[in-house]
Amino acid sequence: MKPAAFTFQRPTELSEALAAYAANPGAKILAGGQSLIPLMSMRLTTVSELIDINGIGELSFIEASEAGVRFGALARHAELHAHEEARRVQPMLHAALSHVAHATIRNRGTTVGSIVHADASGEMPVVLTLLGGTLTVASTEGRREIAADDLFIGPLETALESGEIAVEAFVPALPARHGIAFDEIARRHGDYALCGLGVVLGLTEDGGIESVRAGYISVTETPIVVDLTECFPDGIDASSLVAAGEKALEQLEPEGDIHASAEYRAQLARTLTARVITAAHADAKARLFQEVTA
Amino acid sequence: MTMSPTTAEPVETIRLRVNGVTHEAQVPPRRLLSDALRHDLGLTGTHVGCEHGVCGACTILVDGQPMRSCLMFAVSAQDYELTTVEGLTRPDGSLGPVQQAFKDCHGLQCGFCTPGFITTITAGIAENPDPDRAEARDMISGNLCRCTGYQNIVASVLRAAEIQREDAQNGDGEEQGR
Ligand SMILES: Cc1cc2nc3c(=O)[nH]c(=O)nc-3n(C[C@H](O)[C@H](O)[C@H](O)COP(=O)(O)OP(=O)(O)OC[C@H]3O[C@@H](n4cnc5c(N)ncnc54)[C@H](O)[C@@H]3O)c2cc1C
Ligand code: FES
Ligand code: FES
Repeated sequence: MKPAAFTFQRPTELSEALAAYAANPGAKILAGGQSLIPLMSMRLTTVSELIDINGIGELSFIEASEAGVRFGALARHAELHAHEEARRVQPMLHAALSHVAHATIRNRGTTVGSIVHADASGEMPVVLTLLGGTLTVASTEGRREIAADDLFIGPLETALESGEIAVEAFVPALPARHGIAFDEIARRHGDYALCGLGVVLGLTEDGGIESVRAGYISVTETPIVVDLTECFPDGIDASSLVAAGEKALEQLEPEGDIHASAEYRAQLARTLTARVITAAHADAKARLFQEVTA
Repeated sequence: MTMSPTTAEPVETIRLRVNGVTHEAQVPPRRLLSDALRHDLGLTGTHVGCEHGVCGACTILVDGQPMRSCLMFAVSAQDYELTTVEGLTRPDGSLGPVQQAFKDCHGLQCGFCTPGFITTITAGIAENPDPDRAEARDMISGNLCRCTGYQNIVASVLRAAEIQREDAQNGDGEEQGR
């Protein structure tokens, strides 16, 4: 239960970190360490050199504007969760972060780190995909922006090249007449979910259903977003919610493990799909009411 | 570069601020903060259970916020004020509010999990000085206890908050170690 030996660097400038990473592409980046250190302690991964980015002050920021929320690689889950402006601009961040681990883990773990970790059981990779967000990465060659759709290429695998450090992520603001909800079932609150989803639901001007998109966790190998709009031609009722659950399952691949069988996970997906769409619909109506009366 | 006499690997000299005191130690980069506290500094109040972030026994305060000391490397912890359970007594060495509450409410049995609860609750009641039972349960939801069944720990949270409020009224709340 102890990590194998490695060499360690703790740069205070991004340029230093990028140079160090370019010089040793076998090195690994240490952000909050809340995923990497357990893997190292259990010897599921060994690392020859660690580049600790926690000393790089410029990566520690959260900016919320009318366009959306931009957060640096050192924004801790807890800071983003508590950020009032970020919550107002894009409420999905707060809603999903409430389900990420325990508060103690959120105090150290970073949201960008969990996106880069690309665990399909993690909440934030799918949130980035569902919201159509982007990740900005830097190397000694320069910077590039990667759309969420192009980022997650396999289980725990992203499109980052060796030598690239993720510096910030961006999620667009919630548009007018839209609502969100996020819910999941975990064995204990704060554990990774057996199944969970976030929904973004848009209303037409007269209150009909314009769009319903759902992002699922723990029931596929990579983050997945399913468009369920066609299940609701005449609004939301019990039978359309059932149809949406079945439609979603066509694209999900729930697998059994020691925590839950595949059948149980599929049943959770059905139940949660109905529950979360209903909640997102209520949220959209409440926001529409506020927009109209404001 | 200095080598460790026992494992023949390179070590660094680090400085850790723990409970207001600066300590120096020679550690390899892979030394977990939990091990540095216990083995290098002899502060064995911090306990180690699972060593992968799940149980909460190793929780300490980092700049006042609870974090897992088994999920940090000692070399990364040099910029912070660290507080362990040893630092949560009153200045005269008597039990601090959370420690006193655990005693009053029989909040521990074997005591293995207790340091992690004490640190977590200290930060919890600093943020929310008057929690209800549901908030108390939420506060400790990231810590495992195999003995008590949690009822008395929830009671201890409420009692600790009460003691802290009494202290604040008596004007001696500020003196308590951080
Ligand atoms: C008990 C426990 C429960 C948890 N439960 C959940 C949960 O329910 N949901 C959930 O989503 N997560 C959970 N987590 C994980 C937590 O959210 C982590 O914080 C997160 O997955 C990783 O972020 P980090 O900053 O700690 O990254 P690290 O652990 O430091 O890094 C993770 C990986 O990403 C790479 N990396 C990190 N940052 C960068 C960067 N800026 N550029 C390039 N590469 C980078 C690292 O090299 C490493 O490979 C849990 C963790 C624990 C210990
Ligand atoms: S020993 Fe650190 S959380 Fe269990
Ligand atoms: S008192 Fe024994 S584990 Fe909590």
